[in-house]
Amino acid sequence: MSTLEIKDLHVSVKTDDGPKEILKGVTLTIKDGETHAIMGPNGSGKSTLAYSIAGHPKYDITGGTVTLDGADVLAMTVDERARAGLFLAMQYPVEVPGVSVSNFLRTAKTALDGEAPKLRTWVKDVNAALEKLNLDPTFGQRSVNEGFSGGEKKRHEIAQLELLDPQVAILDETDSGLDIDALKIVSEGVNRFRAQEGKGVLLITHYTRILRYIEPDHVHVFVDGRIADQGGPELAEALEAEGYDKYLSAVR
Amino acid sequence: MTLTDSARENLEAGLEVKHQITSHLNPPPSYDLADHPAPTGREEIWRFTPLKRLRGLLDGEASDASLTWDTTLPDGVTLSDISVDEARELGELAPGDRPSALAVALAGGATLLDVPADTELDEPVVLRLHGENVDDLVYGHLVLRVGRFSRATIVLVHTGSARYAATTSVLVGDGAQVNVVSLQDWDDDAVHLGRDAVLVGRDASVRHTSVSFGGDVVRMHANVEYAAPGGEAELLGLYFADAGQHLEHRLFADHNQPRTKSKVLYKGALQGQGAHTVWIGNVLIRKVAEGIETYEENRNLVLTDGCQADSVPNLEIETGEIEGAGHASATARFDDEQLFYLRSRGVSDKEARRLVLHGFFQDLIRKVGVPEIEERLTATVEAELAKNVLRELD
Repeated sequence: MSTLEIKDLHVSVKTDDGPKEILKGVTLTIKDGETHAIMGPNGSGKSTLAYSIAGHPKYDITGGTVTLDGADVLAMTVDERARAGLFLAMQYPVEVPGVSVSNFLRTAKTALDGEAPKLRTWVKDVNAALEKLNLDPTFGQRSVNEGFSGGEKKRHEIAQLELLDPQVAILDETDSGLDIDALKIVSEGVNRFRAQEGKGVLLITHYTRILRYIEPDHVHVFVDGRIADQGGPELAEALEAEGYDKYLSAVR
Repeated sequence: MTLTDSARENLEAGLEVKHQITSHLNPPPSYDLADHPAPTGREEIWRFTPLKRLRGLLDGEASDASLTWDTTLPDGVTLSDISVDEARELGELAPGDRPSALAVALAGGATLLDVPADTELDEPVVLRLHGENVDDLVYGHLVLRVGRFSRATIVLVHTGSARYAATTSVLVGDGAQVNVVSLQDWDDDAVHLGRDAVLVGRDASVRHTSVSFGGDVVRMHANVEYAAPGGEAELLGLYFADAGQHLEHRLFADHNQPRTKSKVLYKGALQGQGAHTVWIGNVLIRKVAEGIETYEENRNLVLTDGCQADSVPNLEIETGEIEGAGHASATARFDDEQLFYLRSRGVSDKEARRLVLHGFFQDLIRKVGVPEIEERLTATVEAELAKNVLRELD
C-alpha cells in the first residue's frame, strides 16, 4: 500500500557550461496499485526522472519534493530509498565482475529484510524467479551483468523485481532492445508484480509496443522536462498513430 | 586513468642469438656479477624501487643464513641439494638482474625439486619458507623441474622476516601441466627480491601466480620463455599494499618460439599513506615467433588517498605474423556506477564497497586453480579490507 508523490520536481546536471536544467517542474502522483506510463522522445528527461527518484549522485535536485507515503525520499540515501520500497529497473544495468548473481541477490535481500533469507526457501525462490524469466539455472553463478546479452540484462532486472518485491517499481526503458519473445517474458514478470495488491509501477518507454502487454492506468507525455499531456490508455494509441511531432513543434 | 606504453626494438635479424634476451627492459642474462652492477636508482629497471629500503640486500655481502623449510612432498617427488654447476647443467635460466645473480653467486648451491616424468600429482607440493629476523641476509637458489607429461601443483609460501634475494627456475618438460603459486605473506619489515623464470616445454602449459600481501619491500619478477613451439603460459598476480608498503611486480613474456601463448593478469589494491605498487609488463615477440598470441592486463583499485600505483605495459614486436597481441592497464577508485547499482538494491555503502572489492579479486582468485590457496586468498583479502577501508566507513 504505497503512494509515490512527485511535486514540482526540478533537476539539473552539471555540464562544462554550468548546470543545465533537465526537469522543469514535474508533478505526478502514483496512487496505490496504479501503473503509470511515461512516454516521450529522447532527451525529454524520462530517465532523469527515474534516476533522480532513485538518488543517482549525478543529478542535482534544485526544487520540489518526492515522497513515498509521506516520507521524504529526497532526504534518503540511495540504499535507504530501496529499503523504503523503491526499485529501479535500469536501462543499462551495471556489470559487477566477480560478484555472482546469487551472491548479489542474497546480499540485496538480506539488506532489504534486515536478516538473511531462509536458505532452503530462498534457493527455491531464486530458481523459480530465474525460470519464469527463462534464465538458465546456471545463471546464478555468472558475474552480475558481465557478458550478459541485452535481453538477459533486462530479464535479470525483472527477476530482481520479483524477488526483492518493492512497493513501487520504476522501469526505465525495460523494453528497449528486446525482441518480441523477450518483451513478452519481461511483461509477464511485470504483470505478476502488478497483480499483487497495492504495487505501483512507473513505466518509462519510448515506444508504445510494451503497452500492448502492460496496460497502464495513466499515460503521461514528457517533452522538454515537463509533462506536456496526459490521459488514459487511449493517449498511447494516439501517440502510436501520430508520434511526438505535435508536442515537439509546440516546444520549438 | 589508463597508461600505455609500447616500444619497438630495431634488430638486425642476424644478430639475434638464441636465448640472448634483447629486450630493452630485460638486460642480457649473465652469471657474471660484473654484468649486474649495483644500481643507482636511475636505471630503467630500478627507477621505481626504493633502493634505500633494501637494507643492503644488493651490496653482495656473504651470508650463510637460511630460511627454515617445512615441506609437503607427495610420493615420487624429491628435494635435494645440488651445486651451482649442476643447476646450470640442468638448463636453469641464467640470472637477469643483480638480485638473482647474487642469489646464484652467494647461496652456495641450489635446491632441486624434482617431479619425475609421467607423474600425475593429486596433491600439491608445498614449500613453506620461514625467516626469523630481518637482520638475516638470505640468498635462495631453487630449481623446480617437472618432467615431461607430468601434472603438478607447486606452492611456495614465504612468511616471517628476512632480507631475501632469490632466483627460481621452473623447468617444464614437454606436454607437462604445471601450476606454480608463490605467496609472499611476510611480516611488515621483510625485504624480498625474487625472480621466478619459467621455461615452457613443447605443448606444455604453465600457470604461475604471484601473490604479495606482506613485507616492507617486495619486488618479484615472473619471466617466461619457451623451449619449443606450442607452449602456453598464464601469469597471474594479486597484491594488496597497505600504508608504507612497496610491492613491485615485473613480468616478462619472451616469445622466442612460434605458436606460443602468454596471458598475464595482475590485480592489486592499495590503501593507506605511502602504499606503492608497481607493475611493469613486458612482452617481446621475436622474429621467429610467428603465430603467437599474447595479452597482458593490470588493474589497480586505489582505496584511499596517499597511495601510488604505477602501471606500465610494454610490447616489443619483431614480427607482425601473429594471432594476436594486446595489453590493458587501468588504475581507478571505486566505480560510482557499480556502487549506485548495488545501493539501489538496498545494499549499504559499506557492504557495496565490500562486494565490489570481493568481486574484483574473486575474478582472479577463481583462476588460481588450487582450492586450498583460493580459500586462503579469499580470507586474506577479507581481512585486509576489514583493516582499513571498511573500518573507516563505520
